Amino acid sequence: MKTDLYKNYIKNANTHRMNNNVIIIGGGPSGLEASAQLHKMGYKVFLIEKDSQLGGHLAKWDRLFPDSIEAKSILENILENINGVKYFLNTEVESITLLDKEYNVILSNGTTIPATAILVACGFDLFPAEKKEEYGYGIYDHVITNADLENWFKTGLDDRIVKNPKRIGFVHCVGSRDEKAGNRYCSKVCCATAVKQACEVKEAFPDAEVFCFYMDLRMFGKGYEELYLKAQKDYGVRFIRGRVSEVAENIDKQLVIKAEDTLSGKPVKVTLDLLVLMAGMKNCVSSAKIANLFSLKTDEYGFFTGKDSIYKLQYSNKEGIFHAGACTGPKTLPESLHEARAAALAIDNYIKSLE
Amino acid sequence: MTGFGYSLTPSSRINLDDKDKEKWNKLIDLEPDVLKCMACGSCTASCTAGIFTKTSLRSAILYLQNGQEKQAMEYVKSCLLCGKCFMVCPRAINTRHLLLSISKIYTLK
Ligand code: SF4
Ligand code: SF4
Ligand code: SF4
Repeated sequence: MKTDLYKNYIKNANTHRMNNNVIIIGGGPSGLEASAQLHKMGYKVFLIEKDSQLGGHLAKWDRLFPDSIEAKSILENILENINGVKYFLNTEVESITLLDKEYNVILSNGTTIPATAILVACGFDLFPAEKKEEYGYGIYDHVITNADLENWFKTGLDDRIVKNPKRIGFVHCVGSRDEKAGNRYCSKVCCATAVKQACEVKEAFPDAEVFCFYMDLRMFGKGYEELYLKAQKDYGVRFIRGRVSEVAENIDKQLVIKAEDTLSGKPVKVTLDLLVLMAGMKNCVSSAKIANLFSLKTDEYGFFTGKDSIYKLQYSNKEGIFHAGACTGPKTLPESLHEARAAALAIDNYIKSLE
Repeated sequence: MTGFGYSLTPSSRINLDDKDKEKWNKLIDLEPDVLKCMACGSCTASCTAGIFTKTSLRSAILYLQNGQEKQAMEYVKSCLLCGKCFMVCPRAINTRHLLLSISKIYTLK
């Protein structure tokens, strides 16, 4: 006969953790962090990444707002904790079946994994800037994106960036807050990224004039407003309140920008040697397939929708399937990491409740 | 409110208390999308007439919101109705249609 004491011991021993598999879809920051946390709890974790490397966008970034911490060091911190997690690269989910509270997941590499819970953390894609043809990405010689600039900060390689640019411009809200691009929402992180990059580009080219064309500066986080102040005071970045409506290339391959300086109420023109487009976030390319396979709800933009937008963000509409990170909408990196931990806890509570 | 030895010229202060809402409400009825304007200035920046005249739909909307009809009309009276602003408006407002309605409502005595 089992005593109460013994029952209590079993309850607190968290034996449920050893006997259950969890599958994580997406090897970006949120997928990695959730893997690390669940692994530490004692679950058997399987991480599935469609790319050939882990880290998602973080692996391609140079430094992070607001304090210019190196992306590499953050990624290293995260990766240190996934020792022991089984992960598959270049792999996607092919099919899924539900057998009495357990999912059977077949991967593109032929492996079949049974799992009690699944975390969808497939992240976001950058808005393809070439879709905003009026900005000339891929058409004019000296138009790049925020991601291209990060790559240049990392590698120093990009033919589109001239030796000594005299004037450099940043266009906010590229593919965001734009019904014509099909995205009404704000991508949240690109204002802070633009201000950060404006400072960094000024460091690289101290003699250059740097302009940011914005509609609203969304510097909402701790230290972001200070970053804005620093950009003005220490780096002399000029902020012009108006959306860039058109870009043309002149005979010298410079870029002629048209906007309105809405504060003075006058159209402005400025000629630049480099234009940086702040491409926003969109749903990740595989989200539609995942939504289909798992019967998950998405919003009009293809981002997954949690059970609600405040309290149950991490819970999908399907029992046993959870969300974390930018697959539910634009997020900052710390938010994605917090959500990953919240999702790990939600999964643990869920599995415990099944015992 | 006297006795400071100076005063604001009445015409330079926007007085939202005294805004005449009749025409504005009529405009909203006809063109509810005017409320969607986020003052981005794309229309003004791309305006065909804007280089030579002070045509600016953004300014006109702002002045109408503030009840400054006379000033507002200064910004649309040279409009050529080319419709270019419609192509660039990120809030997908039918600006050309809006411009027609503005001139219809606000030029009627
Ligand atoms: S964060 Fe800033 S740049 Fe990005 S979409 Fe929002 S307002 Fe535009
Ligand atoms: S329709 Fe009028 S306001 Fe619009 S771009 Fe043409 S001239 Fe300018
Ligand atoms: S382009 Fe559209 S949203 Fe922007 S200021 Fe003009 S009317 Fe308003």
